[in-house]
Amino acid sequence: MSKHILLVVPSTILARGLEQIFEDLGEFEVCGTVSDLSGGLKNIDPDVVIVDPSALEPAVRANVKAVLPDTAVLALATLWWDEDTLKQYDGVIGLYDAPTTVIRKVRAALESRTEPGRPDGEELSLREKEILICVAKGMLNKEIADLYNISIYTVITHRKNITRKTGIKTVAGLTVYAILNNLIDMNSVES
Amino acid sequence: MTERHLPSASMKTADLVNLDFDLLGVLTRMGIPIRFGEETVAETCRRHGVDVDTFLLICNVYVIDGYRPTADVLEKADLHDIVRYLHQSHAYYMDAALKDLASALEDMIQPCGDSHKRIIWKFFSDYKDELAKHFEYEEKAVFPLAEAVLGHTTAHDGPDGHGEDHSNMEEKLADLKNLVMKYMPPQCDQKGIYRALFYIFTFEKDLEKHTFIEDQILSPIVKHLEADE
Repeated sequence: MSKHILLVVPSTILARGLEQIFEDLGEFEVCGTVSDLSGGLKNIDPDVVIVDPSALEPAVRANVKAVLPDTAVLALATLWWDEDTLKQYDGVIGLYDAPTTVIRKVRAALESRTEPGRPDGEELSLREKEILICVAKGMLNKEIADLYNISIYTVITHRKNITRKTGIKTVAGLTVYAILNNLIDMNSVES
Repeated sequence: MTERHLPSASMKTADLVNLDFDLLGVLTRMGIPIRFGEETVAETCRRHGVDVDTFLLICNVYVIDGYRPTADVLEKADLHDIVRYLHQSHAYYMDAALKDLASALEDMIQPCGDSHKRIIWKFFSDYKDELAKHFEYEEKAVFPLAEAVLGHTTAHDGPDGHGEDHSNMEEKLADLKNLVMKYMPPQCDQKGIYRALFYIFTFEKDLEKHTFIEDQILSPIVKHLEADE
């Protein structure tokens, strides 16, 4: 199934040109064209949005990600925009780009958005800390699931996330982590 | 350095170390003292009773990333030298590498509170004990079996030690690395942290090569010899 693209491009010439490129090369399909973002995305659920920054209100232009947090967003550089404006986008398409270059840029933007594992610099959530404490105390997944009234599957997902965030895999290692971060004290692990 | 970038029998032994410092460890574990003069690798090996093809095979494991020895190379290798190398590595790990790491960790946690000190030390010493037990198993079960196959004295009642599981110990060392790198209490001695990490990274890399030699060189050779009987 081809990926859907929404164009936020007020210039009909440019919008039609882009539509034609995507139609010629397949892979992507333009699912809608709007001239600005004032009406929001309505019911359109695109995978990619291509925006002409000049179509946006200055406030929106300065913070595109706030309006479009969940999709890959590329800028169509109709005018010269400063670096701060363009660096918010997942890619920048130039007016003189070859059709294959446009496709390549859209692909790269999508990939950068769908990269698994999100940024790694996250702290443990409260629930993850609770589960980490149980693991460090030597509780089994089943016991943890029963304690918090969640499924074993959810416990396992939490444990995977704890390991992804901390880089620590073994129960013994997680116990050290819990003690170093003062989540539990030594007495609760020494039998 | 010479033009050559891979270990070879005709290069000078000193140049081998210039090529890759890790190879100094391989030389010493093979019982070759450090006083290489102008000797070639072939001459040094001959003088110390080490099979040069086997020695180069082990060097290649260290020097070439993702090295896969061909069946031909394995056929030529001297099983006795491989076992000797693995045995000497075990001794080096227990007597030198882990002692260096232990002393760095001791310095590192010295300024810490008592419970932090104890838990870090306990993690390390549990890891060390587990590793020692694993080495002992290899010394008592795996290596004699290999030697027995070589001497055609069938000692097949020993356990099947080929391709055992190293993963838990690898995970623990990786955990120690992450704990030391990311979560040490702020009062920890920075020089101690640096030294501990230096020894952990060095040890981790060496163990990886060691495991490779056990699983991808020793084990296939033993299996091949067993099949020939």
